[in-house]
Amino acid sequence: MAGLAAAFGSGAMTNSIAEIEHTEVILATGTNTTENHPIVGMMVKRAVRQNGAKLIVIDPREIDLVKYADIWLRQRHGTDVAVLNGLMNVIITEKLFAKEYVDARTEGFEAMRKVLEQYTPEYVEKISGVPAEDLKKAARLYAGANKAAILYAMGITQHISGTDNVKSCANLAMLCGNLGIEGGGVNPLRGQNNVQGACDMGALPNVFPAYQAVTNDELRQKFEKAWDAKLDGKVGLTIMEIMEGALSKKIRALYVMGENPMLSDPDLSHVEHALKNLDILVVQDIFLNETAQYADVVLPSACFAEKDGTFTNTERRVQRIRKAINAPGYAKADWEIIAALSDRMGYPMEYKNAEAIMDEIRTVTPSYGGITYERIEKDGLQWPCPTPDHQGTRFLHKDRFTRGLGLFHAIDYIPPDEMPDKDFPMVLSTGRVLYHYHTGTMTRLSAGSTERYPESLVEINPADAARMKIKDGQMVKVATRRGAVKVKALISERPYEGAVFMNFHFHEVPVNQLTNPALDPIGKIPEYKVCAARVEAA
Amino acid sequence: MENKITVTIDGREAEALPGQTILDVAKAQGIFIPTLCYLDCTTKVGACRVCCVEVEGARSLVASCCMPINPGMIIKTDTKKVRNAQRMIVELLWASGDHNCLTCEKNGACELQNLVYWLEIEKPRFRIDSPGYETETNNSMISRDLNKCILCGRCVRACNEIQVNEVLDFMERGSRAKVGPAFDADYINSQCYFCGECVEACPVGAITFKQARFKGRPWDLKKVKTTCTYCGVGCQIDLNIHDGKIIKVTGNRDSREPNNGSLCVKGRFGLDFVSNPDRLKTPLIRKKKGGELEEATWDEAIAFIAKKFKDIKAKHGSDALAGLASARCTNEENYLFQKFMRAVIGTNNVDHCARL
Repeated sequence: MAGLAAAFGSGAMTNSIAEIEHTEVILATGTNTTENHPIVGMMVKRAVRQNGAKLIVIDPREIDLVKYADIWLRQRHGTDVAVLNGLMNVIITEKLFAKEYVDARTEGFEAMRKVLEQYTPEYVEKISGVPAEDLKKAARLYAGANKAAILYAMGITQHISGTDNVKSCANLAMLCGNLGIEGGGVNPLRGQNNVQGACDMGALPNVFPAYQAVTNDELRQKFEKAWDAKLDGKVGLTIMEIMEGALSKKIRALYVMGENPMLSDPDLSHVEHALKNLDILVVQDIFLNETAQYADVVLPSACFAEKDGTFTNTERRVQRIRKAINAPGYAKADWEIIAALSDRMGYPMEYKNAEAIMDEIRTVTPSYGGITYERIEKDGLQWPCPTPDHQGTRFLHKDRFTRGLGLFHAIDYIPPDEMPDKDFPMVLSTGRVLYHYHTGTMTRLSAGSTERYPESLVEINPADAARMKIKDGQMVKVATRRGAVKVKALISERPYEGAVFMNFHFHEVPVNQLTNPALDPIGKIPEYKVCAARVEAA
Repeated sequence: MENKITVTIDGREAEALPGQTILDVAKAQGIFIPTLCYLDCTTKVGACRVCCVEVEGARSLVASCCMPINPGMIIKTDTKKVRNAQRMIVELLWASGDHNCLTCEKNGACELQNLVYWLEIEKPRFRIDSPGYETETNNSMISRDLNKCILCGRCVRACNEIQVNEVLDFMERGSRAKVGPAFDADYINSQCYFCGECVEACPVGAITFKQARFKGRPWDLKKVKTTCTYCGVGCQIDLNIHDGKIIKVTGNRDSREPNNGSLCVKGRFGLDFVSNPDRLKTPLIRKKKGGELEEATWDEAIAFIAKKFKDIKAKHGSDALAGLASARCTNEENYLFQKFMRAVIGTNNVDHCARL
């Protein structure tokens, strides 16, 4: 998100999901959207099959979307910046870029152009393995469209160069004038129901709700007044830094609401030590998950079907959730628990219901200023929606970027933190599969998902399997510098020769004991998509 | 505005746009024309002919779902000729399969059953021959009983044109014609993604939600509209509730965006966790490190935490505490959580797993 915020002034998905179906060219990179956001995948497929849209897929894996693609650029893992720079090199060399748009609406073009000079298709082919001719074709296709949408997800962000990757996507879109128009945009697809909302609401160490910086005195004073409390003006710790802090006893208490870091964080043994080192760990969840096993207090919470509230989807649409059934036993909605704890600590939080909290949110969150339960009773509203008569915003940056001019970033390719070598000759990449979700807490309890995808699998290219004498369904050992797991092999053309793919849904195969915790220096996102691994028959 | 066309439908003049069908015009005028094979947002195939109407000057009855209007067209939707044709069609469909409403999950929500009633058909005119297919029950999500299939093709279009999963199609011909995945495979042995679009598209009891079988009649179910809890698309779903339990999940089609009623396998079939017996039901406290988690009251648990948090804050400062909010919880809860950490604890050490 930091990447988009730097380029445009706002980190959110620029356009709307429905626009995907009616655009001319879709460039999907680092998003296996038919499995991770199947309804977005559906829109992409409909655009291609029914509306004549052209699809460019940039992905090391032969994901389902490749079947629908006009051009598939299969880059080596972690070489995204090189490929995106290569596309822009061609577009500039062949004078296909939107010069008027670049002149009028952006800054930083010259500096970027200089860096792009060396990224000729031939040079990019050497780095990424993408044939120079394919790169040129893709560049011409993207640049030739009146409107083209870029879709991306964790395949772009979960790298040490994640922020660079995002900025490169932003560069490409601005270069071709694809921002501030219907059907265009740079569209990060959020993988979790309310990750957008959690960010909007200030569940981040550096900002209050609506991305208002905690370091800004004026903004902080506004919140001090609204909340009637003295507030700290220095940026807090990120999730990784909190774990580090727990190890060094800098952090002594951790309150976890609805998260399972014991399965989702990189380098799990590290997290385990951190959690054990705390004076108190409070876990509030619907299940006794892996993290809760280390808790001193466990608080039972209601799930989404048992409470009222709102989620904000990937396209900034604030939508209602509604209580349909009662929570089991003594479980309570998370907001009720927080309020009870706050009361006990001497800061009364008296809210009649979830709507009363939204009424307060509206007063301190400018982009949510016009959002009321009454207005979103039938259809959600897309922020920014600053006033009660505002109709919401379908796409951002029309006529003007949030930050004024769009900012190009000159970005050089850097290789992944850990490359294959003699001891660990293969590339391991991780992600989700259609039938499961995140740490599997929910989907693994579903009869259907379990039936369709009962156990963890490692996808191995047939050539590698033949060389290593591994058969389909055989148990193999996948090892990296950090650990090893045993897992069943799925022989598949999806990964290229020399690469394997694993999911992180199964606690019996804790793939995050293998992944590389190296972080993107700005986004603080771990490099889940590339590390060096060794595979052998178990 | 584009040039409007004037037509006459059931004696009244109606304005409509070129390209609209007779069915579109009738709907806009509040005139009911029955349909079976018609499925919104997909190709109009005119396969079942139950939507037939009389058009002055036409050689025969026309299928209103796919007949575009012409200027001056005179349309009649409820003549004897139309009703007789509709009755014949429905009676033939009825006779083509094993439409036994007593045991059918679709009883009360079946479009064929509704048409038999609407057309006031007393009893079947033709001998009923069940095709004798085996019911497909070898997966836990979707049941198929092709004996009830009327070959309207809605599932085929839902699969190919709405979800673009390209799994279902027609196969065989004539009386042996049927729908299904390639090579006549069962769903579980095919490429099927179990989005369930075909189930919602089916007008009869041929494709049904298996887990909802015998769990509640259509008229028992209360639909509660909400937002799916899985990915970031935020699909609008209807939880179908009976007896305090979620019986099934259907797409909400009142909201066009973001999903216009379509869902994926997780939102559709992934809510078993809600009623799982392992759900946490009471607070638990581990009174001393290394001990067991023991059941506690809310009052004990909250008091325990408040004391610990206060002690740590007093001894080590606010920044010795940290909180992880959640991309799974609501806006209201995330707001309150960060407010709690910032205003009550006094630290900005609050984050969530957006990065993972």
